[in-house]
Amino acid sequence: MSDTHDHDHDHDEHDHKHPHGNRPLTDAELRVKALEQVLTEKGLIDPAAIDAVVDTFETKVGPHNGARVVAKAWTDRAYKQRLLANGTGAIAELGYSGMQGEDMVVVENTATVHNVLVCTLCSCYPWPTLGLPPVWYKSAPYRSRVISEPRTVLKEFGLKVDDDVEVRVWDSTAELRYMVLPERPPGTDSMSEDQLAALVTRDSMIGVAKIAPPKR
Amino acid sequence: MNGIHDLGGMHGFGPINPEKDEPVFHAAWEQRVLGMFPPMAVAGLFNVDEFRHAIERMGAVNYLTSSYYDHWLHAFETLALEKDVLTAEELRTGHAIGSGPRATPALLPAAVPQIIASGASARVDMDVKPKFKEGDMVVVKNMNPLGHTRLPRYCRDKLGCIDRDHGVFLFPDTHAHGKGEKPQHCYSVYFSAQELWGPKASRNDSVYVDLFDDYLVPA
Repeated sequence: MSDTHDHDHDHDEHDHKHPHGNRPLTDAELRVKALEQVLTEKGLIDPAAIDAVVDTFETKVGPHNGARVVAKAWTDRAYKQRLLANGTGAIAELGYSGMQGEDMVVVENTATVHNVLVCTLCSCYPWPTLGLPPVWYKSAPYRSRVISEPRTVLKEFGLKVDDDVEVRVWDSTAELRYMVLPERPPGTDSMSEDQLAALVTRDSMIGVAKIAPPKR
Repeated sequence: MNGIHDLGGMHGFGPINPEKDEPVFHAAWEQRVLGMFPPMAVAGLFNVDEFRHAIERMGAVNYLTSSYYDHWLHAFETLALEKDVLTAEELRTGHAIGSGPRATPALLPAAVPQIIASGASARVDMDVKPKFKEGDMVVVKNMNPLGHTRLPRYCRDKLGCIDRDHGVFLFPDTHAHGKGEKPQHCYSVYFSAQELWGPKASRNDSVYVDLFDDYLVPA
């Protein structure tokens, strides 16, 4: 295929996920098709199971799950204690568990400690609470840099951490999966758990952002 | 192995450039790749440590110039070929050679929600004595295995402190190579940023790395 042709389609948002237009299939598309077809013909996989997995991670699992966990921890002191002592169990209380979150650890941001997560060796990420990781989290720049120059990286995300605050970087090199419990922003005392959950962002649970106070 | 995947502390990759309002997937083929992982794993075609090691072996240039789901696809193909699940000819033509299915899919659509909700913990329910306890000072071994390891280069030979014991987990370094689970304790190990990165690092900062008993010696 010509580069020009491919280029045109890279910028066509609508066509992005529907490669049924008039362009030839890319190398990756052809290879995925072949692999899926061969494994299906051999009776090893069922394409409908693939559909079900995709549907789960596209429509059901995502950072809105983690936001529920955070909002509950902010409003229920006993829950927060359970969450920090046994992340897996407390998260499962809200119905979130399983693949890439089998063994969870929750670390708390405070006025004196700021936590941020990375997987320098691959792209480990807590799927049940945060969904699938964004591209930048899996990228070489983030994985190489946040471990050695976290303050510079956080500044690039727009977060300036005071010098006297300890920055802790958690490298998930084994099968533990981490999640940050961000600080509850000021001006939220009268908010309900649902309203609080709506404030919680994915980036705050990775630790590359704080949660902004609600706009008045 | 000291591969390109072991990125922690490297220089020269530039800014991070997060994408605004990023979609979960950027193309339909990425969906198929993600979705193939559970059916293939449940069918016993590979374990996650073999999968990671297949990515680590893909070659530095290829690794850096291809995307996350390209890495996955490469690992699926590599492992399926190495384990004689299929042939290069079958991959090239996109069809199985021979007559009829030889198996029944291990993961049926109805079981997907349950499989995702339960996952597959690497925790091993076995009474193994820990070599260290919270507060112990440890030095990370200076080891450079050719095979799979979850010990990043940047903390080798460094002084750390056991922050917490996560319990007993299977050992990826053997599990990736068909050499058994070798269950052992895995700890969060604290390192000061200055121990890892020198005096220019902030005095207040720290790095926590999950490390196995076999990576550590008493300080």
